Amino acid sequence: MENDNRLKLSRREMIIGTTAAISAIAATKLTSIEAGESNKIALADVSFVVNGKKQHLALDTRTTLLDALREHLKLNGTKKGCDHGQCGACTVMVNGRRINSCLSLALQHEDDNIVTIEGLGSPDKLHAMQAAFIKHDAYQCGYCTPGQICSAVAVINEINSGIPSHVSTNLNQSPILNNDEIGERMSGNICRCGAYSNIVEAITEVASKAVKKAR
Amino acid sequence: MKSFTYQRVTTALDAAKAADKTPGSKFIAGGTNLLDLMKLQIEKPAHLIDISKTGLNKIELNTDGGLRIGAMVNNTDLASHNVVRRDYGLLARALLSGASGQLRNKATTSGNLLQRTRCPYFYDTNQLCNKRVPGSGCAAIAGFSRQLAIIGSSDHCIATHPSDMAVAMRALDATVETVNVRGEHRKIPIADLYLLPGSTPHLENTLQPGEIITSVLLPPPIGGKQIYQKIRDRASYAFATISVGAIIYPDGSGKLALGGVAAKPWRIEQAEALLPKGSKLVTERLLAGARPTGENQYKIMLVERTIESVIQQAKR
Ligand SMILES: Cc1cc2nc3c(=O)[nH]c(=O)nc-3n(C[C@H](O)[C@H](O)[C@H](O)COP(=O)(O)OP(=O)(O)OC[C@H]3O[C@@H](n4cnc5c(N)ncnc54)[C@H](O)[C@@H]3O)c2cc1C
Ligand code: SF4
Ligand code: FES
Ligand code: FES
Repeated sequence: MENDNRLKLSRREMIIGTTAAISAIAATKLTSIEAGESNKIALADVSFVVNGKKQHLALDTRTTLLDALREHLKLNGTKKGCDHGQCGACTVMVNGRRINSCLSLALQHEDDNIVTIEGLGSPDKLHAMQAAFIKHDAYQCGYCTPGQICSAVAVINEINSGIPSHVSTNLNQSPILNNDEIGERMSGNICRCGAYSNIVEAITEVASKAVKKAR
Repeated sequence: MKSFTYQRVTTALDAAKAADKTPGSKFIAGGTNLLDLMKLQIEKPAHLIDISKTGLNKIELNTDGGLRIGAMVNNTDLASHNVVRRDYGLLARALLSGASGQLRNKATTSGNLLQRTRCPYFYDTNQLCNKRVPGSGCAAIAGFSRQLAIIGSSDHCIATHPSDMAVAMRALDATVETVNVRGEHRKIPIADLYLLPGSTPHLENTLQPGEIITSVLLPPPIGGKQIYQKIRDRASYAFATISVGAIIYPDGSGKLALGGVAAKPWRIEQAEALLPKGSKLVTERLLAGARPTGENQYKIMLVERTIESVIQQAKR
């Protein structure tokens, strides 16, 4: 066990060491070491706000927002499922809108305002949606849950701001809240444990208070 | 992912100039298609030009009564714009049927138009694919081709264009506006934007290297019942098997384009004259010369029935 740990640590240290050595010779803003070639690393700076806190990072240009959050800022509430936009586990809010953080480069987020599951609430001060997920047992393994909750919070905002969905019967009326709407709007979040019905219950409970009387 | 350098630009012209200066560069808009393909090393740009902050994110009323949609307008904002919902329902419906809420928030108008095929063999770098590696062969033709093209395809490629939005844009006669490194502007009718595969399936559109899409123009509203019917393997968050985007008038006339059948949104204007005569004749004309594979010939019947369904919905 101890050995394993040491092995992991030293490998990680080695990687960090390599990067640090490179950043020492790299100039700062949006410059890079070498273009293109397979094993050369290009670095660039980026600044954004995460959960209310300003962050400045010097990153390999390839770093996704997801990896910046998890590996660099150690905010590992946001999960990596597929890394290809197909599961929603990596959902975070950027400037008030939900996106898949795996399909976005960290560098694309200069000056953006990012909120992750850690920014929505904390164990002693839960967001209403977090509390509802617990109450309705809206998960089994919990892996998809941070993404589900971020998405669910965004869905309520989207309904409130009149954004229609594929199942909205009339494009020119405020969308209503029902199971079909929730199912459609949450379809970008896959739950491999199949906790869907409880997820819908949790969202319905929060939404019935939060959605403006749109009916 | 292969390493790349990265730069942000603030105008479309600067983007075109940067592309001209740096060989092997690509524009990145939302990144939801490009990054996906870069992770798989199907796309290997040496340099990325981030065009998301070029200010091309406005939807404006044109003097002719139509709309000018900035290339960077995201799919959510476009689908929920008041004028789009009211006058271009087909476009709103097509957008809302695509991808997921998260993806639509990030995906842009130009990125959606230029997204690449979802052919499973294109995505699998262990397979032969003329689009990915010109001249290497096509694993799809004798492979699992259920989702692939039935018309306009060639012996070199049977991929489809996956965009739902492009089908609506085609039926609505949209025009793409571009600028190049010399600052020259060009208007390309969407009918002329996409190339059929022929013997060069890696060439997918008529944009010149470094030419950047700045906006998409929609003609003034054309009324009619606007319907987008998408057939897919699950109710949401799946690409079209086939789709029909249509504008139908009370006298039974109309316009329509198909998705999921070819390397571009498929529209044959002459077929539209047959709309009042019913789905069978329209389909025969629309799909004349189709060359489906054994696995995807079901699409012909599916197109006919979906057109029929659209005609019936328009009567309600
Ligand atoms: C899981 C999943 C499901 C999906 N389902 C659907 C679906 O059901 N229906 C559907 O239609 N789509 C679907 N999509 C695709 C999605 O719509 C596209 O990924 C998105 O529209 C691409 O837009 P983008 O701005 O992110 O493009 P990017 O990835 O940034 O760019 C795509 C391409 O366009 C080029 N480009 C972008 N803008 C310009 C410009 N202004 N000028 C010149 N070149 C430009 C880029 O260089 C790149 O080659 C799905 C995607 C995923 C990941
Ligand atoms: S159909 Fe086209 S994209 Fe698919 S494997 Fe063949 S050449 Fe490649
Ligand atoms: S990890 Fe981003 S969608 Fe699956
Ligand atoms: S709770 Fe296990 S994947 Fe959703």
